Amino acid sequence: MNRSFIAQNPSVLWFIALLGLFTLAVTVGSEAFGTGLISTSMVKTLGKTLCLCLIAIAMDVVWGYCGILSLGHFAFFGIGGYAIGMWLMYARTEGIVLSSLSGQAIPSTAQEISDAIGNQIFGVVGSSDFPWLWAFADNLFLQLLMVVLVPGLLALVFGWLAFRSRVTGVYLSILTQAMTLALSLWLFQNDSGLRGNNGLSGLQNIPGFETASQADISLAFFLGSALALALGYLLFAWIVSGKMGSVIQGIRDNEARVRFLGYRVEGYKLFIFTLTAVISGIAGALYYPQAGIINPAELAPIASIYLAVWVAIGGRGRLYGAVIGAAFVSLLSSWFTGGGAPAIDLGFYTILWTDWWLVLLGVSFVCVTLFFPKGIGGLFDYLVRKPS
Amino acid sequence: MLRQFLTIFIWLGFAGMAFAQDLQPVLQTHADEIAKPSRSSVSAVLDDIVASGAPQVGDFLEHWQDKTVWQRDADGVFFFAVEGGDDLTLRDIDTGTEITAPKAGFSQIKPNGGVRRLIGTALVQFQLTDPDLSRRQSAIESIARRPNASQLEPLLKSIDPETDATLKARKIQLANFLSASFAPDTDDKVAAINSLSSDTSIEARAVLNQLLSAKQAVSADAPTGNVARVLKVGSDLSQDDAYAQLVAAKLAPPTVSPSAIRDALAANIEGGRVGGIPTAQLGTQPMREAAYAVLADQGIVPPLVTLDEQISAVAAHSFYEVYEENDPAITDAARAALDSIETRVGAAQAVDLTLDALSLASIYFLAAIGLAITFGVMGVINMAHGEFIMMGAYTGYVVQQFVPDYTLSIIVALPLAFAVTFAAGVVMERLVIRHLYHRPLETLLATFGISVALQQLAKNIFGTQARPLTSPGWLDGAWVVSDVIQISYIRIAIFVMALMFLALILFVLKRTRLGLEVRAVTQNPGMAASMGINPDRINMMTFGLGSGIAGIAGVAIGLYAKVTSEMGADYIVQSFMTVVVGGVGNVWGTLAGASLIGFLQKGIEWFNPSNTLAAQTYMVLFIILFIQFRPKGIVAQKGRAAAD
Repeated sequence: MNRSFIAQNPSVLWFIALLGLFTLAVTVGSEAFGTGLISTSMVKTLGKTLCLCLIAIAMDVVWGYCGILSLGHFAFFGIGGYAIGMWLMYARTEGIVLSSLSGQAIPSTAQEISDAIGNQIFGVVGSSDFPWLWAFADNLFLQLLMVVLVPGLLALVFGWLAFRSRVTGVYLSILTQAMTLALSLWLFQNDSGLRGNNGLSGLQNIPGFETASQADISLAFFLGSALALALGYLLFAWIVSGKMGSVIQGIRDNEARVRFLGYRVEGYKLFIFTLTAVISGIAGALYYPQAGIINPAELAPIASIYLAVWVAIGGRGRLYGAVIGAAFVSLLSSWFTGGGAPAIDLGFYTILWTDWWLVLLGVSFVCVTLFFPKGIGGLFDYLVRKPS
Repeated sequence: MLRQFLTIFIWLGFAGMAFAQDLQPVLQTHADEIAKPSRSSVSAVLDDIVASGAPQVGDFLEHWQDKTVWQRDADGVFFFAVEGGDDLTLRDIDTGTEITAPKAGFSQIKPNGGVRRLIGTALVQFQLTDPDLSRRQSAIESIARRPNASQLEPLLKSIDPETDATLKARKIQLANFLSASFAPDTDDKVAAINSLSSDTSIEARAVLNQLLSAKQAVSADAPTGNVARVLKVGSDLSQDDAYAQLVAAKLAPPTVSPSAIRDALAANIEGGRVGGIPTAQLGTQPMREAAYAVLADQGIVPPLVTLDEQISAVAAHSFYEVYEENDPAITDAARAALDSIETRVGAAQAVDLTLDALSLASIYFLAAIGLAITFGVMGVINMAHGEFIMMGAYTGYVVQQFVPDYTLSIIVALPLAFAVTFAAGVVMERLVIRHLYHRPLETLLATFGISVALQQLAKNIFGTQARPLTSPGWLDGAWVVSDVIQISYIRIAIFVMALMFLALILFVLKRTRLGLEVRAVTQNPGMAASMGINPDRINMMTFGLGSGIAGIAGVAIGLYAKVTSEMGADYIVQSFMTVVVGGVGNVWGTLAGASLIGFLQKGIEWFNPSNTLAAQTYMVLFIILFIQFRPKGIVAQKGRAAAD
């Protein structure tokens, strides 16, 4: 089965090979390896980009293949980040608190340690008690389970409610947007238990690896992200190329006909929606330790819309298109906004790209939608098939 | 000593008889206190000065307060003085004759702030009957700010001679407040309290709350005094609080906190052991308490109070609140009056909340109605709708840069904003939307691209800081019905505007040729085209109309909120929800949606006023649930048009 699946989809092999080469090149060039051709911050940026590619292929499956334009997948990404961030922050603070308390004549009680940790973490929002949300924060295994379970359950409940009442098309998009909005508004509150708009910070320090340099840690996360992307790509490629792939593409093209053929459309949609949410959560859990900080602004509805933009620019309905779109736009965006692009002097006015990049992005996005509905990925069609 | 006192007394009596109209002798008896007044001693001095009854008393107190009283060092006589360079123009306090003298030899009397306030209080009774209306008003306001018992008498006396009707009413109100607090006779007090029961002002409530102020009390026996309520431990009062109260009242020994236990143990380590227990084993609370108990037995530390002891100590006492006022007749009357006021205030608050909700609903309606036309009637999702709102607001701002008169500029800005956004909408429809009519999800993304570009463009042109859109003067202020019900004129104007738009849009859609053609194209474009209607033109006009209305809404919103490049984004999600909740393709639906969301948001805010973020979260959750049960909105479309 697996052999025929790869044989049917040579693009998967190509993708894995290219990703492997890229990973190898970055590893060899990284500071951790010793050559130092690529700076640690660049390794982090590339690692984060791989995570964005992972959520982009999830978005591509749910939108490009199944036709559900979800404007809420970044919420799942953020939830994954918060879930892992809670453990990172708890464990790191615990280490600091224990080392500062160890000098005392009398050993501390469990209650005192817990109070001190709570004070460290929640002092910034004027509290010192642990909210119920943090019940499992001391356990890495349970918290990793949360990375998968919370986005999955949220997607399951939300999707079940929405698909059951046949909310489709634009309505569903707005509903998912409302979901992220509600989540980010809730997280912005100080009494949400997740430190309000301060978010969780210091996530780049991995407890248990205090002595390891950031160069090593960043490379480890880069490799982890590459592996996750490869596995995610294989999983999604397998799903969309089988019989199930045909059904969900049928749902995209004409939901009513698929339903009349006897398929349980809601079940398929719910499965795809939940699965992609879980993958988004995993991508977020890999992304935020590299970013170092997560706050509610990351979950704002605009982020999810950008996700759709990446997929559209890269090309919907093909997984490598989503990867290209996410990598291309996010790297280009950081190049432009980071001041990397040279300013253009028009004589009477100087175009500073930090100011004009968004205008360019917006306009190019309109152009892509109008003139290249297949996105950048569509160009590969010309390469593979000879233009007739 | 005694002799000195006697002479002073005799001298005082003599002065009182012979110079009833002269103030200087009275001042001389208190010369030291006047020259160097302190807050503790000045009251008696003030009482004496006022009691002298001399006509100059008010004058003197004012000068004293203003630091324009000077004392001659030679004989201690006081003068009113005006400084002029090195000289002083002195005026005799009693006769009013003026002389000029060099500053040397005189010292200025400088009472400190606390003393000046006391002087001001004594001064009030003179100002109450001052011929100048504004001084009487300021005297009343000063009484209202810091009422005290001594003001009641002069205030009552000043009511009858008062000529100004408004001020007289205010004086009567204030006299009621003062009598309720300070009247010597219980019946007077109760009568005054009863007369307050229909007064919903914050002041009246403050007076009554002051009368009803209660303090917590604890005793071993049954409650004594004018008991407000008996507190039940467990429900009204937590066990820990109750015990803390016992400790505060010295009825029980203080508890030893875990941190105090730790400190005590740490202070008594002997050879790595505390009370015979190795320190390494002290990492749990029970072990620490055991070690502490050993120390307590040795008498080194106060004994631990166990939880059982705490519970039995609390159970042996009764906890209650007792009014500061001893007379139950007065507190009962005040309670009854306050209850009656609170009922009225509750009703007034409901009215106020309704007004607030109405004004919020009209803002949502204005923001969403343009969207309802493009989204509802044409099935086109315009993510740039918010940016059209922003464009309208910036148009208003630019117009104000050229037309300085605010009223005129608003009148110019409204049609101009319509024209600008109408044009922008038509251009967008021609260039982008027209090509995407059969791909609604892509319209969403393309218009999102436009929205991002427009937002950044506005940021580049106008900067990131908020620009003011000043409303005309006649829209400033608020319509104040009472202390509770008030609504700003600008919100009323927006409400009126929303009504006008509703009427206008209904008129255009139902009574004009354009509206007929729009409805025809909406229902069946093919059929409409075969009837000679040009669907392209109609789509263009509809889109322009919807965008133009967004522009006008932008001016209205800009008048009360800030004008920034991000203001559109603030309204876009709300607007979509308004349209979706209301039901697509129907003006009445949008109205219903805006009302529902406006009232809901205000209602949730009322339950949880401190947290608007929570209110918004709950509202969004409600909307998500609402759409589950009515996916087509409040006013659902029927028939073929609803098929997709």
